[in-house]
Amino acid sequence: MSLEPGYLTYPKRRLGYDHDLYRWSALRDRQPVSWPGGKTVAVWICVSLEWFPILPGDTPFRAPGHMVTPYPDYRHYTSRDYGTRIGLYRLLDAFAQAGATVSVATNSTIAERYPAVLADIVAAGHEIVAHSTDMNGTIASGLPIDEERALIATALGTLERVSGKRPAGWLSIARSQSWNTVDLLREAGVSYCCDWVNDELPWRFNNGLINLPLNHELSDREIIATQQHSAESYAEQIGDAFDWLAGEAATRGGRMLPIHVTPYIMGLPYRIDAFETLLTNLAGRAETWFAPGGEIVDAWSAQQ
Amino acid sequence: MQDGMADPGLYAFSPYRGRPKIVWPGGKTVAVWVAPNLEYYEIDPPANPQRKSWTRPHPDVVGYSHRDHSNRVSHWRMADAMSRHGFPGSVSLSVALCQHHPEVVDDAAKRGWEFFSHGIYNTRYSYGMDEAQERAVIEDSMATVLAATGQRIRGWLAPALTHTPRTLDLIAEYGLDYTCDLYHDDQVQAVNVKTGRLASIPYSLEVNDHFGFFVYHMSPRAYADTLIRQFERLAREGEASGTVMCIPLHAYLIGQPHRIGPFERALEHIAADGRAWISRAGDIVDAWRAQQ
Repeated sequence: MSLEPGYLTYPKRRLGYDHDLYRWSALRDRQPVSWPGGKTVAVWICVSLEWFPILPGDTPFRAPGHMVTPYPDYRHYTSRDYGTRIGLYRLLDAFAQAGATVSVATNSTIAERYPAVLADIVAAGHEIVAHSTDMNGTIASGLPIDEERALIATALGTLERVSGKRPAGWLSIARSQSWNTVDLLREAGVSYCCDWVNDELPWRFNNGLINLPLNHELSDREIIATQQHSAESYAEQIGDAFDWLAGEAATRGGRMLPIHVTPYIMGLPYRIDAFETLLTNLAGRAETWFAPGGEIVDAWSAQQ
Repeated sequence: MQDGMADPGLYAFSPYRGRPKIVWPGGKTVAVWVAPNLEYYEIDPPANPQRKSWTRPHPDVVGYSHRDHSNRVSHWRMADAMSRHGFPGSVSLSVALCQHHPEVVDDAAKRGWEFFSHGIYNTRYSYGMDEAQERAVIEDSMATVLAATGQRIRGWLAPALTHTPRTLDLIAEYGLDYTCDLYHDDQVQAVNVKTGRLASIPYSLEVNDHFGFFVYHMSPRAYADTLIRQFERLAREGEASGTVMCIPLHAYLIGQPHRIGPFERALEHIAADGRAWISRAGDIVDAWRAQQ
């Protein structure tokens, strides 16, 4: 037995990456950034606000959190709706209490179906980030480019029409992109996406699009739904992350803590208290700058 | 190994009780080594017939960019924490990292870390290779690391833990001293090979950060406590005969901001204890070899 000779050739073995999407850069070598008001840790809260059709799509893949049982899956359909009806409002109250403005990565179908929800988010000063159309709007290589272009246009157009403002940011479902996504987002006028988790500050693709890294390891989906830790443990872990970043920021320039939460996960009665306490603690720290993604990107861009 | 046999004949069976006493330098009871995996995962690798690299169509954005975090952010965070408490690394290296990000390899070399091979890329697997192909990977590893760091590699951890029946014989033939691929012991042990000699050094897969976080789903503080418990037990047992504790790491996991603080406290505990011989893989194998 032997492998095809091509398995032992390495045509992209060279200085830098094995792709041309973006260039390598080590965080520690970059010019330090500073945040407004002398704050040193930007706390970026990003809520994923999602609508799951009871008829799930598997093209190109089924979204995390989607239907599980044979049709009709009342259990998951309604549990996800709970997030939009109840959990989101608990989160909005918690943000108001902590004085935090946040990003809400929103399926455009939410805007179409529930414009009042969108109005409540916008009225509180939060930012709308485009998050595809609905939870059947997944992207991966294999999705025809025209379909992907149309999906991005629909999501941005609908959110612009309902909210009155075209979103500057984009979050793909499951952070999954095709080879075409970076260029299609740029072509659609998006200024930043949140899909690549390789860094802790914004950086720019070669085509000009910015990536604002939304650490999936710190998300409630990863820590609570996947790793099955309690909300209290989640809050402790985020607190530890903040402490570490604040320590680094004291000598190395501004840092960012991304807090990615999901209404149907964090917005439950037995979890929300721990989350509120976390926000209260963060609000009490002198280093904290609560900011939506777009403001962080703008502050960073102005220093490049 | 004995290819095709039910018992692969990797080593002699040797129960823990009644072994000759291994003594570590300075009368320490447990040799502690840290094994950072400095890796490069390709964004669009060719498929191995027996194992897919990525679970999603390429580009697997989260899979690729999570690992890229090591080479942009978390390597230095992890390495600084190790250096602050006097822990050198013994690096499991995707040798193509020497081409892609020499800055990371240079940083490790400047800290006095040792390098062993973890294959060319962690997205190229050994399954299905013929002998000439496997030799090419070993020779490439030796030449690449020598050119980049001046070091002759002494050890091997198969890329993504993918083996063939001939790997151990081949690395011994090329003069390598140790393998990290066998998990049968808490002490250095002799491995059966066709020519030359080879030792297995415990790589402690069970306390690998990947196992801690993604197999056992530990919180960062629970993982740090696990390392301390592992250390305490092996330090106590090492009074009878010196034991080995390895801490196998990936910067993109241990160097995340919620994990590095508790991890550093575990390093601090081990360094302050006084029973640890904090060392590198090659030095541990040498100290064991001198007592055979």
